[in-house]
Amino acid sequence: MEIALGVNGREVRRYVAPQELLLDLLRDSLGLTGAKRSCDVQVCGACTVLVDGLPVSSCCYLAADADGREVTTIEGLAEQPGFERLEDAFTRHAALQCGFCTPGMLLTVSALLATGELESDESIRRALAGNLCRCTGYRGILEAVAELAGVG
Amino acid sequence: MTTVARPTRSQIGRSHPRLDAREKLRGQAQFAGDLLAPRMLHGRVLRSPIAHGRIVSIDASAAERMAGVVCVLTGEDLRDLDPYYGHAIKDRPIVAIDKVRFHGEPVAAVAAETKAAAAAALDAIAVEYEELPVVGDVEAAVAPDAPLVTDRPVVPGLFHGLGELPGRDGNVSYRYRIDRGELEAVVARADVIVEGEYDFPAVYQYAMEPHTVVAQVEGDEITLWASCQHPFLVRAEIADLFRVPVANVRVIVPFLGGGFGSKSYTKLEPLTVALARKAGRPVRIENRVGEAMVTTRRHNMRCRMRTAATADGRLLAREVECLLDTGAYADNGPRVTATAGDAAPGPYRWLAYRVDASCVYTNLAPAGSYRAFGATHLQWIGESQVDEVARRCGLDPLEVRRRNLLLPGEEVRAGGKPLDADLVGDVEKVAEAVGWGVPKPPLVGRGVSVGLLAAGAHPVSSAICRLEADGRAVVLVGTTELGQGPRTAFAQIAAEELGIEPSQVTVRGADTRFTPYDRSTGASRSTTLAGLAVQRAAADIREQLNAIADATGHDRRDLTGLMRRHFGFAGGELVGRGEVAPKGTGSYAEGPVFWEVCVGAAEVEVDPETGFVRVRKTATCADVGRAINPQLVERQDEGATMQGLGNALFEEMVYEDGLLLNDTLLDYRVPSFEDLPDEMTCVIVENGDGPGPYGAKGCGEGALAALPAAIVNALADAGVPMNELPLTPERVWRRIKELEKEGQWQT
Repeated sequence: MEIALGVNGREVRRYVAPQELLLDLLRDSLGLTGAKRSCDVQVCGACTVLVDGLPVSSCCYLAADADGREVTTIEGLAEQPGFERLEDAFTRHAALQCGFCTPGMLLTVSALLATGELESDESIRRALAGNLCRCTGYRGILEAVAELAGVG
Repeated sequence: MTTVARPTRSQIGRSHPRLDAREKLRGQAQFAGDLLAPRMLHGRVLRSPIAHGRIVSIDASAAERMAGVVCVLTGEDLRDLDPYYGHAIKDRPIVAIDKVRFHGEPVAAVAAETKAAAAAALDAIAVEYEELPVVGDVEAAVAPDAPLVTDRPVVPGLFHGLGELPGRDGNVSYRYRIDRGELEAVVARADVIVEGEYDFPAVYQYAMEPHTVVAQVEGDEITLWASCQHPFLVRAEIADLFRVPVANVRVIVPFLGGGFGSKSYTKLEPLTVALARKAGRPVRIENRVGEAMVTTRRHNMRCRMRTAATADGRLLAREVECLLDTGAYADNGPRVTATAGDAAPGPYRWLAYRVDASCVYTNLAPAGSYRAFGATHLQWIGESQVDEVARRCGLDPLEVRRRNLLLPGEEVRAGGKPLDADLVGDVEKVAEAVGWGVPKPPLVGRGVSVGLLAAGAHPVSSAICRLEADGRAVVLVGTTELGQGPRTAFAQIAAEELGIEPSQVTVRGADTRFTPYDRSTGASRSTTLAGLAVQRAAADIREQLNAIADATGHDRRDLTGLMRRHFGFAGGELVGRGEVAPKGTGSYAEGPVFWEVCVGAAEVEVDPETGFVRVRKTATCADVGRAINPQLVERQDEGATMQGLGNALFEEMVYEDGLLLNDTLLDYRVPSFEDLPDEMTCVIVENGDGPGPYGAKGCGEGALAALPAAIVNALADAGVPMNELPLTPERVWRRIKELEKEGQWQT
């Protein structure tokens, strides 16, 4: 089937199989490899992208369901104004190690910052529980996000 | 030649921002699964659905006729090779031959034009099995009439590093024994004897990037882009298996999405090369999480231990017997077993101890390295017995440690390196960090733990530093960047020696064709050994620059000017070489390179209604000699802390008759943000006592061994002693009910 969607602000038309996943469309057809495949079951958050501004796990999201929607990947987020602020906070707090979870983490954080719901350490912990990181032990990420959200 | 004082140390001990932060944050960092080789095919692996069986037949003809399928590899395709590999014991076929020995063992592999075609072809391969009796756990494996998991003799691999490997004894592939002093005579004098049986679970490392390999075979040249921690050891094993010169195998390592030991030694590489060889085109195989779980894991273990002491808390003797389940193939089991054996006594002044550690084959997936192996297995057991001694003697557990811990310079292991750390100082610091001695509410407990881990592996590393005409430097070193930050640390070291900024130093990953030899990335060795090689390579250039300055009278700080004077034009480069080689033979018996400190503390709270254990505070000690980059040191310990917390509280691979039941992250839970303790402290200790650059020594593993032990001790302090991990709510609740029945539970 043919779908038309926005990807990082550009219109994309593609023929996709009905069962094709958004993650595979992004990585294999569009060469946007910033979204990572890890758990395949919507637990780890490494494949997170934004669909119409909201974080989704692209490993469990059909490409066909993105028809008519706007998808933002890390490559697109990095071009947006304000990204330097995220980048600076994550860099200064060493809120990354291997970098495999990092794009998904940043996309989730950017969406949460936009809604203003990160009001406390507690709410950050709860809101980010869908993005796993096996390297950092989370503390650096928590510090960076708390600073970005103006918490604590 | 005039000697010049070393410039002030401006780069060492500085939390320089990670040099790879920008590319990782922007999604530009390339991992093996992001790479495309020209004409690359997609590989998928057909895995055994049973734990033990004879392969009666494989019919791949229907799969091979499917659109988009290029070839199917089976054991039949390996007839021209000796297809068994393993760096410790060559016991593992590239793909199953005649038999399958674990649930998930590769039986065939498909190469196809698309992922979808490869996946569809797997379903079209018909395999008939005749099931054989399953050896499901270590006790069954060592029973007198146990079926044999393998009937092959022990063929030593290239890198077992354990001296003479004895033959297999039934299902026991390797045994490590230590006998010091007159055990029974010393035990007979004891006032207090603590003994118990303990179970440690199989654990999945969960590097978020599952193993991924791209292989290309052109004539007798083999190129691999691989998510591997030890590219030079992989190169040697591939050369050995496929009978080509070592130099014909090129291993290129991009960024790794975590490793933690799961990508050490050789994993998917032989299968991917065999498939590419048959296909005649490059092939990529990417594991899924469920496949990564059966590629390697942490050894589960059964252990019996007893500790003898005097009434005033003097530790006298210890006896340890443990069976480590290495699964169907040895992988790194022999080394894990030896390291476990070394960790078993704990760093105390014993009059006698006896250790008997066995590496046992079963029909589970192979077990290998996972961060702080051996020490993590044994420390929680030994340290819980030390705490029990303290309780029975009416002493503070910290005081018992002060009285018995080894001091710097004392013997840890006969013939090995003496203790090179201040353990008493370290444990006092972490105890203080969790509020030791401060009154606490009911159902809250505190614990400390102390251990040592043999670190450094075999001490062979080298580096090349190139100073370019623009005054910037390139460091060629084989260390793998898997998150721990070596590229940043090495840039700081080279910058320090050359008097430039870290941002002027380029450090990229291993490419065995160009980067000089480095034994491996693991065993907390990179800063200490590869870092020392980098320091020497950069210092080599500094000496060359000083010689040019002396000869020309040019300002020695003006790098580009010196280069211009030396070469007479705006080109040329200075090349520096740094090497680290063992002083003796580098053997395990003479080692280790250093003793990594495993010191931690925890405060926990238990809910007796649910059995839920909450970790309120943790503290770990990074006794690193000298912190090259303190922030990265802290992050190493914090990451290890969370893995230790997961290992202690809920991580467990569940098997039934050899079948892995929880092979997804839906039912294998790893720590999330919500598990973060309220307080997490990393105490950095810098005594300058390491063998690495500027007195540095490695870290990042010790905290993982220390944390489960500290949590177990804290829970016992809260009233619930446990002898089985993980400390799931159900287990803890049942234990509390037992204690209630025995009249030993007070709230």
